[in-house]
Amino acid sequence: MIRVLAVASTAAACILVLIVLFMLREAWPVLQRVGFLRFLSDPAWHPAEGLYGLTPMLAASLAIAAGAVLLAGPFGVASAVFVRFYAAAPLASAFRWALLLLAGLPSVVLGLWGLTVLVPMIGRIEPPGASLIAGVLVLALMILPTIALTTEAALDAMPGSYLRGAAALGLSRESTILGVILPAVKGSIMAGVLLSAARALGETVVLLMVTGNVVQLPASLFDPVRALTANIALEMAYAMGDHRAALFVSGLMVALLVLLFVLVSRRLGGGWSFNV
Amino acid sequence: MRKHFTAARLAMLFVALLPWTETVAQADEARLILTGSSTIAPLAAEIGKRFETLNPGIRIDVQSGGSSRGISDARSGIADIGMVSRAPNPGESDLKFFGVARDGVSIILHRDNAVASLTDAQITGIFKGNITDWKDVGGKAGRITVVNKAEGRSTLELFLNYFKFKNSEIKAQVVIGDNAQGIKTVAGNPGAIGYVSIGAAEFEAGQGTPIKLLPMSGVAPSVENVRNGSFPLSRPLNFVTKREPQGSARRFIDFARSKNVNELIKAEYFAPLAE
Amino acid sequence: MFKAVQEQAMLRVFRDWSVLIAIWSAAAMVAGVFIWLLADIAMRGAPRFDLSFLIDAPGNSGRSGGIGPILVSTALILAVAITATVPVGLGAAIFLSEFTRSGGLPGRAVGLSLDVLAGVPSIVFGLFGNAFFCIWLGLGFSILSGGLTLACMVLPIFIRVAEAGLRMTPGDWRNGAAALGLTRLAVLRQILLPAAAPSLVLALMMGIGRSASETAALIFTSGYVDRMPASLLDSGRAISVHIYDLSMNVAGGDPGAYASALALIVFLFIINGAAKWITDSLIGRRIVTL
Repeated sequence: MIRVLAVASTAAACILVLIVLFMLREAWPVLQRVGFLRFLSDPAWHPAEGLYGLTPMLAASLAIAAGAVLLAGPFGVASAVFVRFYAAAPLASAFRWALLLLAGLPSVVLGLWGLTVLVPMIGRIEPPGASLIAGVLVLALMILPTIALTTEAALDAMPGSYLRGAAALGLSRESTILGVILPAVKGSIMAGVLLSAARALGETVVLLMVTGNVVQLPASLFDPVRALTANIALEMAYAMGDHRAALFVSGLMVALLVLLFVLVSRRLGGGWSFNV
Repeated sequence: MRKHFTAARLAMLFVALLPWTETVAQADEARLILTGSSTIAPLAAEIGKRFETLNPGIRIDVQSGGSSRGISDARSGIADIGMVSRAPNPGESDLKFFGVARDGVSIILHRDNAVASLTDAQITGIFKGNITDWKDVGGKAGRITVVNKAEGRSTLELFLNYFKFKNSEIKAQVVIGDNAQGIKTVAGNPGAIGYVSIGAAEFEAGQGTPIKLLPMSGVAPSVENVRNGSFPLSRPLNFVTKREPQGSARRFIDFARSKNVNELIKAEYFAPLAE
Repeated sequence: MFKAVQEQAMLRVFRDWSVLIAIWSAAAMVAGVFIWLLADIAMRGAPRFDLSFLIDAPGNSGRSGGIGPILVSTALILAVAITATVPVGLGAAIFLSEFTRSGGLPGRAVGLSLDVLAGVPSIVFGLFGNAFFCIWLGLGFSILSGGLTLACMVLPIFIRVAEAGLRMTPGDWRNGAAALGLTRLAVLRQILLPAAAPSLVLALMMGIGRSASETAALIFTSGYVDRMPASLLDSGRAISVHIYDLSMNVAGGDPGAYASALALIVFLFIINGAAKWITDSLIGRRIVTL
């Protein structure tokens, strides 16, 4: 039986390998002709004129994902704690359903709301509205359910003895949460945050609709930017030859970003274990 | 036991669904696959549905994926017909292009914008970033938000060709993909200026969306003017095949270019070619 | 000395109250945004939302008519995705939690691969799915291709959550079961899986949520055809693709897009409820923790 399970795991792991090989194959023509370094050093992105600078978009993708995670993390964890420890049963159930429904909402619906409601609102503060901060806000909304739900599952699976021990010691609810519970489920929270951060780096449709899609390094939160993923979606439909291959290079760059991010967080967080 | 009972129910459901996996080998004559421009896809799907009712036994499957997909899929044979929303490029002479409709491109402003028309020179100035405030072209003071289309899009190419500048010369504040996104962006920003397909803009303006279309070189932007050729900025919507089409592909292309589908073309706010 | 204790107590009370207020306000903000979003969708979608909308075929590129065939296609795509994800995902999760050490090499390698997979852009998944399932495996634009591509996208989150749930069960139980002479299979079936059931349910529901919300990947795999599918090898338009097309591509498609979004929310409600019910009755809570 172990063999069957091992095969399942290997299959799951192989998918990534297949996808990376696929992207490499599609990107190869332009990588051969232009070389990888120019994708970082060219001054601008105008494939029709032979310029392939990805750096502003790289920075934008990172900034948006970082912002979204920094915003969604605390709110997500707070929501999970709320559902588990503060809300009365009917309210907790309703809130949990809200999170589940939000998790299933298509990115295009969130993007549509962002484009028609949020962007004009931001635009009144500082045109054009479609900007870095719009992307951060809508993306945070998108990954919040994942963080909240995985944290809630971790809280649920935590041994009851912890809570009883804390009660026996006379700790208040808040002290228990801060001192006992959150440290205990820290690993699971990090896993959820990591998964959400990866999702944030790979999100396409939402960013396409609300970030403005201008290739530039953001000087302020209200500047329009273009994420690497939005770039692929935006131009793939009409790109041919080298242009198309260049878009796959940006896909590889996203995968590389995620890999670096995962490695760094593992190093910082010391890995995570679920054995409490 | 309760557990096994529910498991049995699930197994029955699964077995009941198995017929859905039948491998029906469809005769190639009986199914046409179209891929390509997402602009043409809704129109092609509607034409396909009408063709199917008139010719039972043939199925028309329309997929999108973009004009470049239309070209490559037609070449490789994955699609029987490709949909391409532009005129042929050099290097595409090995393919056969069949025009189905025309689509005009118009400049749009927010409805509340005081400006009623712009000269070509003013438009060039705005898009190149030399003019940045509406008061410089006769409107109320306010920052101009330039909405440009993404590189490679045929609407962009048309725009660049007409005004004779390069994409890298345009200073845009927002870059959009599809027409509807452009319309929503301009509708949500009183200081925005962009350009989209006339049909889409005309329809949305009629629905109450706060945009208005600008005349180009003195010609009013309307589907009618695109049809009679007086409006200067328009692009062809093409069906593309690798070889001279035969059989059901030929019949479908002829049907799509006939008068019978004019109302479908007008419903999508394009200009029909057949009289 | 008494004063110091009093000060400490006051600080603690202050901290407790701050945390309480912070948590309630965070929850209120999240709930508020959700209600705002839902209200916006409901307001714009309600006019066209009725029973015939859910059953009729789309007409005039989706500007009139309904979404009947689209709902069926979506359900089939979801079914394929779940059927492909659960065995592989569960198998991998069990392997990772039971047969590898928490920090061991196979666990870390598979874990790393899954985490990076979660970050691959959805449009790349779509193009990959098109090249692999549609062209290389010859499935063409079909519900099967779409479902299998979605399964690839959902696996990371499913395996992670399921593995977390399994690892959380106390190690003592496995030792106790071994002492009683139970086979590993029996331990899994009778003790560990039921105990991890809440996590498994969650993994399933999050998988469903992610599948239902995916757009870019499906455009290139299960396709654009809005006809009622006759088999899994037919192309079928998923509801997310329909919403995207109506709001971004078709002029005047907005009312239809919002009504479809509303339908999706109702649909998700039912599916999640069903998933919860099925998993609970199949696995159930047969363990009471003391």
